[in-house]
Amino acid sequence: MTQLPETTGIGFKRTHFDALRQTPNRLGFIEVHAENYMGDGGPPHAQLTALREEYALSVHGVGLSIGGAEPLDREHLNRLKQLCNRYAPDSFSEHLAWSSHGGAFLNDLLPLPYDATTLTVVCDHIDQVQDTLGRRMLLENPSTYVTFETSTLAETDFLTQITARTGCGLLLDINNVFVSCTNHRTDPRAYLADFPLHAVGEIHLGGHDAEDLPSGPLLIDAHGSPVADPVWTLYAETIMRIGPRATLIEWDTDVPALSVLLDEADRADAILEGARHARAS
Amino acid sequence: MHAHRDTQAAFRNGLKTGAVPPGVTAVGDVARRFSVYRNTVAHSLTDALCQRFPTVLRLVGDAFFKATAGVFVADNPPRSAILHDYGAAFPEFLSGFPPAATLPYLPDIARIEVLRGQAYHAADALPMTAQSVSDAFAAGPEERGLTLHPSVRVITSDHPVVAIWAMNQPGARPRPVTPEPQAALIFRLGENIPVVSITADTARIVTRLLAGERLGTACSDVPPQIASVAIELLIQHELIIQVTQT
Repeated sequence: MTQLPETTGIGFKRTHFDALRQTPNRLGFIEVHAENYMGDGGPPHAQLTALREEYALSVHGVGLSIGGAEPLDREHLNRLKQLCNRYAPDSFSEHLAWSSHGGAFLNDLLPLPYDATTLTVVCDHIDQVQDTLGRRMLLENPSTYVTFETSTLAETDFLTQITARTGCGLLLDINNVFVSCTNHRTDPRAYLADFPLHAVGEIHLGGHDAEDLPSGPLLIDAHGSPVADPVWTLYAETIMRIGPRATLIEWDTDVPALSVLLDEADRADAILEGARHARAS
Repeated sequence: MHAHRDTQAAFRNGLKTGAVPPGVTAVGDVARRFSVYRNTVAHSLTDALCQRFPTVLRLVGDAFFKATAGVFVADNPPRSAILHDYGAAFPEFLSGFPPAATLPYLPDIARIEVLRGQAYHAADALPMTAQSVSDAFAAGPEERGLTLHPSVRVITSDHPVVAIWAMNQPGARPRPVTPEPQAALIFRLGENIPVVSITADTARIVTRLLAGERLGTACSDVPPQIASVAIELLIQHELIIQVTQT
């Protein structure tokens, strides 16, 4: 089983290609959104082919709709298979969310209730993905703004049961933990204490937007700003607990110069290094 | 399972209407919190169209474009998760969108942008050199097939869309435009997707070649010198990937 190196990476943006090629290799890996590389050819594939020679690669899907009530789109799944065959990524990940309905793709990671029915749906879909791709996948915890009255399981219990049933790993997005817990007025430390950390194969760190509503803070998972301080703290606490894990800096809107992303990656790297020293001593 | 379907159908309906779906809850102000999803869906798809149709955006302005795109997005959501394919129906939509009727060339500008997107993501293929095309032509009989690079596209318009497109690119300046039909050859050149003005005859020949017609058939209704211009253009831009003899 392949896995990402226990170092830092960034979400690759095509505008950073030249700068990245001119930068001495400071990153352990890069991550790309699978759907951006589903064309037949052209510059996107030329760039990814060149980068694949230098970096470990994480392919991160945003359109499979694993939490959808409808069957998975077989064409899309086959495209993912082709992509994984072509680039042999070190990791493939997707989201605990749904994004398609009635043949329409909604381009957002939408929430689902957590109960016995949805658990079966999600597990069946993950089995299908892992069988089709012939590899273990990582499932990412979502950022959410609402919950469902019909939920009978906590998100952490839901994820624990998924990993037990399917054998998949987890992509722990600590910004998502902070965003969801703040929105739902729950304690992110309690969430992380309940999270099946043993299954974590990668960590995501990204920025969020904040709004103060009369009903309390509303955090939005916008990926357009630096990682917030409380998220760094939760990250450091988690790494000290579980040891170094592959860590990705995500920045998808208002993308700044590459150096800004590399500085964020350096900050994560220092925390990983600290954990290595603490474990060695 | 049916309950899960119903939940998602209600959620999807709420994304359209703004009504909070039954059973959806939040710590205070559920409508505002649910609207985050609604806004993300609408904005992310509108943004995908802004990226795909930058020249249309420049011609009509930000406010008009976003309002127009909003109407399109509501009725024409993507059918797949590959967003660089999204918006192929936008030109046709613009043709029937009354507020855009004062710019009759706008749908064809949008068509150029759809074709440029297709060319950008088209399969890779090694072109033949001018010499190897020439050798292939010298070697065989008259009836040949030409396979063109997968990125090659042709647009013909009743409007001067090549000139209008060109003067609305970053760094370009407005200049007088003659009202006339225009045609263009669109293809991939490294990272770039040029839009090259061509004659109506060349457009017709290339279109027929793309449809799989043999060279002789594709050129059957034009004098040889006109056909030569078209072939020379394809050689010059390295757009022939195979010459087959029959």
